[in-house]
Amino acid sequence: MDFSFTDEQSMLRDTVASYLADHYDFDTRRTAIKSASGWRPEVWKAFAEELGILGAAFPEDLGGLGGGPIDNMVVMEEFGKALVVEPYLGTVVIGGGFLKHAAPAGAEEIIGKIIAGEVTIAFAYAEPQGRYNLANLVTTARKDGAGYILNGHKAVVIGAPWATHLIVTARTGGGQRDAGGVSVFLVDKTAGGVVTRDYPTVDGRRASEVFFENVSVPAEALIGAEGDALPLIEQVVDEAIAATCAEACGVLRRLHEGTLEYTKQRKQFGQPIASFQVLQHRMVDMFIQLEQAISMTYMAHIKLGEPAAERAKSLSAAKVQIGRACKFVGQNAIQLHGGMGMTDEMAIGHYFKRATLIEGEFGSVDHHLRRYETLSLDAAA
Amino acid sequence: MDLDFSPQDAAFRAEARAFIAENYPQALRDKQRDEEALSREDFLSWHRILAKKGWSAPSWPKEWGGTGWTPTQKYIWSEEQARADTISVLPFGVNMLAPVVYTFGTHEQKERFLPGIRDGLVWWCQGYSEPGAGSDLASLKTKAERITADDGKEYYIVNGQKTWTTLAQHADWGFFLVRTDANAKPQAGISFLLIDMKSPGITVRPLITLEGGHEVNDVFLDNVKVPVENRIHHENQGWTCAKALLLHERSGIAGVARSKRGLERLRQVARTQLADDAGPLLSDPFFKRKVAELEIDLTALEYTELRTLAGESSGKGPGPESSILKIKGTEIQQRLTDLALEAAGHYGAPYLRGVPHNLGAIGPDEAHGVAGAYFNTRKTSIYGGSNEIQRNIIAKAVLGL
Ligand SMILES: Cc1cc2nc3c(=O)[nH]c(=O)nc-3n(C[C@H](O)[C@H](O)[C@H](O)COP(=O)(O)OP(=O)(O)OC[C@H]3O[C@@H](n4cnc5c(N)ncnc54)[C@H](O)[C@@H]3O)c2cc1C
Repeated sequence: MDFSFTDEQSMLRDTVASYLADHYDFDTRRTAIKSASGWRPEVWKAFAEELGILGAAFPEDLGGLGGGPIDNMVVMEEFGKALVVEPYLGTVVIGGGFLKHAAPAGAEEIIGKIIAGEVTIAFAYAEPQGRYNLANLVTTARKDGAGYILNGHKAVVIGAPWATHLIVTARTGGGQRDAGGVSVFLVDKTAGGVVTRDYPTVDGRRASEVFFENVSVPAEALIGAEGDALPLIEQVVDEAIAATCAEACGVLRRLHEGTLEYTKQRKQFGQPIASFQVLQHRMVDMFIQLEQAISMTYMAHIKLGEPAAERAKSLSAAKVQIGRACKFVGQNAIQLHGGMGMTDEMAIGHYFKRATLIEGEFGSVDHHLRRYETLSLDAAA
Repeated sequence: MDLDFSPQDAAFRAEARAFIAENYPQALRDKQRDEEALSREDFLSWHRILAKKGWSAPSWPKEWGGTGWTPTQKYIWSEEQARADTISVLPFGVNMLAPVVYTFGTHEQKERFLPGIRDGLVWWCQGYSEPGAGSDLASLKTKAERITADDGKEYYIVNGQKTWTTLAQHADWGFFLVRTDANAKPQAGISFLLIDMKSPGITVRPLITLEGGHEVNDVFLDNVKVPVENRIHHENQGWTCAKALLLHERSGIAGVARSKRGLERLRQVARTQLADDAGPLLSDPFFKRKVAELEIDLTALEYTELRTLAGESSGKGPGPESSILKIKGTEIQQRLTDLALEAAGHYGAPYLRGVPHNLGAIGPDEAHGVAGAYFNTRKTSIYGGSNEIQRNIIAKAVLGL
């Protein structure tokens, strides 16, 4: 049994942490997220060139550093601590995940461009009617000669305004919620008929409603088997859940630390408010939630390589714990800051907002409880 | 023991409902629907309509404009307002300051201040909290020194800083707690002053809250000259006024009728939003259970409030038990916004404040602003005496611990 990190992973953490300490303080981030574009392409460039982290999780024969999910975990946790908005999850974890697993023709070239910081990807999977069901799709991809024609509306596509490419889930067959008939495409965002409506999100990122209006894509756009991509999608989404759990750990650490610091220094009734026992117990409960979130995040990463059913159950379990921790730690961090917690000027509220959205990302607590329960029953049957 | 409504009560309900239907401004309703920021005039418009009808200050003594309604009628009135989604009359003047003025003020003070509050002509803000004095309000430092000016009249010269002052950007006047005796015990050296917000030396600076709204402010007081006759009650007895006021503030805070309406709206949303398996979210057993639990908690709160009201109508003023209403009322408000955000699914994420409507909707209308409401509603367990402080009050004053 070994929960330690390799030297390479520890170095990766240090590299990311020290870069973010120098370039990603709260005020700099705030200015950036309020700017017209909402992100800093120069930071992305630095990730690629100066830090070389965009290749950390790719195999060496594809130009990467030969790491894997644990490297993503390390990066995402540090990103959580600094509330990084740049699209690592969509590009490296999700985009990279699809390309690595399915290895479609041309994948090597795109992965090279991801590592070089030239390609950024957003994952267009959710639909207005679909909630968290990955198979609930009405976006269609109709065969047209050798290629396909896409039509449909994707909801709240995180990072789409910054993306050069979209990964799109669509029906090539089957009924609206069938497991069969689901396919995945890599679409150049400049393709004719891709219409986006961009907007900010409440946690300081950017997203788009993406409309596909008779978008013609070549046969090579297909990732994985036509009509049989749901298992691949579930695998990549589980990897995205693991990475999001890691990000959440970074966010939760900051919420907890920030609250300890604040309550030790804030005085009321002639003493630091941290001396009140109710607040101590609250902070202990926050700490327990945080520790369990970290444990479940490790568990999630360890289980990513297991067979699908075991993997899925483990990832749902982790996401349930993370969702609960985000709510409890987030709400109490604000509560213990009193009025100060309510201000836009203090970082704590921004961590709370990110934690709140993480609760629902890739499925709410209820969604994953249900998935866990279903998989447990299946296993017992 | 019964909860029957008499025929008179039913007639009153019909009257109230018809009055709102006929008189609530359509322009205000449109702005609420579009979640536009309300202007000062918007806030006051409904108040003034109620004042004309004589309904703006139901709980006041009749001689100053109270309606003399029974607790049942007040309950019906709050239900009807919630049912029609009216805005609330702002509490600062009518519910917070006025009871202090009619309980502790001189006759001149009552004549000078109460009509403006009742008629919605003067906007009041509450200047209690300071950067160093929140839960420990009695440690406040804003200083008022008494002087005799060249005109031979007595004034207080006020210096200090207040914070979290709600809607001070619109205020004509504020009621302030200030220190008039630095040597006395903290509670014994405080006075209650009414200050014209246009006085030289007052600066109001916006504080933006985490959801992006501007509802609170810092208020700086720099040598502000306040006539001594603007003090309510005796010098150094302001704490008595403050305590009385806090009790009134807390009992109004349960918000049962509004939460009932909120629950109804949540159900509507959950009926149109789809669950993972395509049925309406409201038929999803996980979600349905949470809505049911919330409704049961709201019923428990409602009956607790009714018991408190019944106690008040038999002559006991609001007691420390009102802390129960504050705690449970605010927790329920918070859970409502939490479930609304959950119901919105992916569409909880867009930040659409200030995004023009004519560009076309993003997500279903009922998802708009749900995240902002959730973030903003965290304030309710912090202000009006935090929920931790309310528990301390119950422990000491009710349980004798
Ligand atoms: C949106 C908003 C609007 C407001 N409007 C007004 C207004 O119009 N006028 C006005 O005067 N004030 C207003 N307030 C201020 C409000 O009353 C204070 O925020 C509140 O009293 C808490 O004080 P604080 O913010 O300084 O927090 P603190 O007192 O610093 O409290 C921080 C945390 O410590 C806890 N704590 C403190 N003491 C104890 C204890 N003894 N035991 C256990 N726990 C404790 C608190 O519960 C809280 O969780 C408003 C606040 C907000 C957020």
